[in-house]
Amino acid sequence: MADSVFGIEFDGGVIIAADQTNARSILTYQSNLDKVVQLSSHSAMGVAGPNSDLVNFSEYISKNFALYQLSNDGIQLSTAAQANFCRNELAAALRKGPYQVNILLGGYDKKTSSGSLYWMDYLAALTKLKYGAQGYASNFCLSIMDRDYKEGLTQDEAVQIVEKCIQELKVRFLLNQSNFLIKVIDKDGVRVVKFGADPADN
Amino acid sequence: MARRYDSSTTTFSPEGRLHQVEYAIEAINNAGTCVGILAKDGIVMASEKRVTSGLLAPAKTSEKTYKLSQHSACNVAGLTADANILIDQARLRAGRYEYQYCEPIPIEQLVEHVCNYKQAYTQYGGLRPFGVAFLFAGYDEHYGFQLYQSDPSGNYSGWKATVIGANNQAGKSLLKNEYGSQEEDTEEGKDGGEEMKTGDADKKLILPDVQEALRLAVKVLNKTMDATATSPDKMELFSMTLDTNGNCKHTILSSDETKEVMDSVDAETAAAGDM
Repeated sequence: MADSVFGIEFDGGVIIAADQTNARSILTYQSNLDKVVQLSSHSAMGVAGPNSDLVNFSEYISKNFALYQLSNDGIQLSTAAQANFCRNELAAALRKGPYQVNILLGGYDKKTSSGSLYWMDYLAALTKLKYGAQGYASNFCLSIMDRDYKEGLTQDEAVQIVEKCIQELKVRFLLNQSNFLIKVIDKDGVRVVKFGADPADN
Repeated sequence: MARRYDSSTTTFSPEGRLHQVEYAIEAINNAGTCVGILAKDGIVMASEKRVTSGLLAPAKTSEKTYKLSQHSACNVAGLTADANILIDQARLRAGRYEYQYCEPIPIEQLVEHVCNYKQAYTQYGGLRPFGVAFLFAGYDEHYGFQLYQSDPSGNYSGWKATVIGANNQAGKSLLKNEYGSQEEDTEEGKDGGEEMKTGDADKKLILPDVQEALRLAVKVLNKTMDATATSPDKMELFSMTLDTNGNCKHTILSSDETKEVMDSVDAETAAAGDM
């Protein structure tokens, strides 16, 4: 709930942003965590939830996709297939040992030359969205995105909307999340557009 | 010499052969012929229907052509009982993939799964191999229409056109001569030399369309079966194409439609004979 993860689709790709705080109870362990995990060359997922499940689930999924590509002569799974695979894994684990992760999965498909964004929660609900948010952040960000989103946004316009959301959280959200990381997924792959604190720093 | 080493599937002979697997492949050479042909807008599979007795109840379903999923089908040559097990495996695999990914399974993955299943019976358990060869036909968005052949060893390969079952060598040699057509030399000249001649010995092959492929399939079956005894009841023609929505359409031709194709082949051969 406390993790802020949100994303928005633009013309030719998807943006996913997340805060960089790693905390439990009253202690902040880390303020430069990268919660937007790369899954394949052209997809990534922002993950909200305990760090253990974040790492466990995202590594499991990304290594499965790597295995798929190796086993099948380099064929890549489409973003939709990746999202459905994730959901299936969440659903299978749900009644055994659930992953407490809420996800925004974004990817770019060469076949359609467009990005797509998928919202998934820890109960294995899945939906395709133009923009979305996980956790408390949704209370603040969805209103902004509802107002400002339009079809055919450019990357810069989309980043601006994301920056507005970040600013809103900084002003109005009770929890102090000082650092945010923004990633873009488009035809050139997954790259960081902006970060509050460098995840590579020790 | 081989006698000592041929009873167990899981033992190599001194010459490095698996005799049981080879015997299984032999068993298929007695089965009804199946021919598969890749066309530019689909795939054609034709098979010989063997009626062993006039007292047999008319088949409600095909015993040669089986649908595996919305976008894949197969033709069987060999022991039908063995084939049923493998077809179940293929259908399960296709269904489970779609359950996991909400997308149709890429054809080669489906074929490889069935073949891996077959291979296990050549290496573990002391059970005999499956006496079945398949022609798999399918469509996926990665490679379009594809045709694969597999045998009891668990080997598979992709084909533009191939034959399995009785007299397959005769069928294959006919296909070698008559499948597809070469690009004309004049076309390259018309280009104005825009395209660099790669110097490749193989000119690009022009695939037939589904109608041509159906006729070619009938020609092959005419050659492999007793030509005098061929009739629409003895042949089963199957085609896979895309409909306007981009979904696969599986069609088994009716008796009348089959007769039409056979008649046009007869007319073609007669005309060629006149020349």
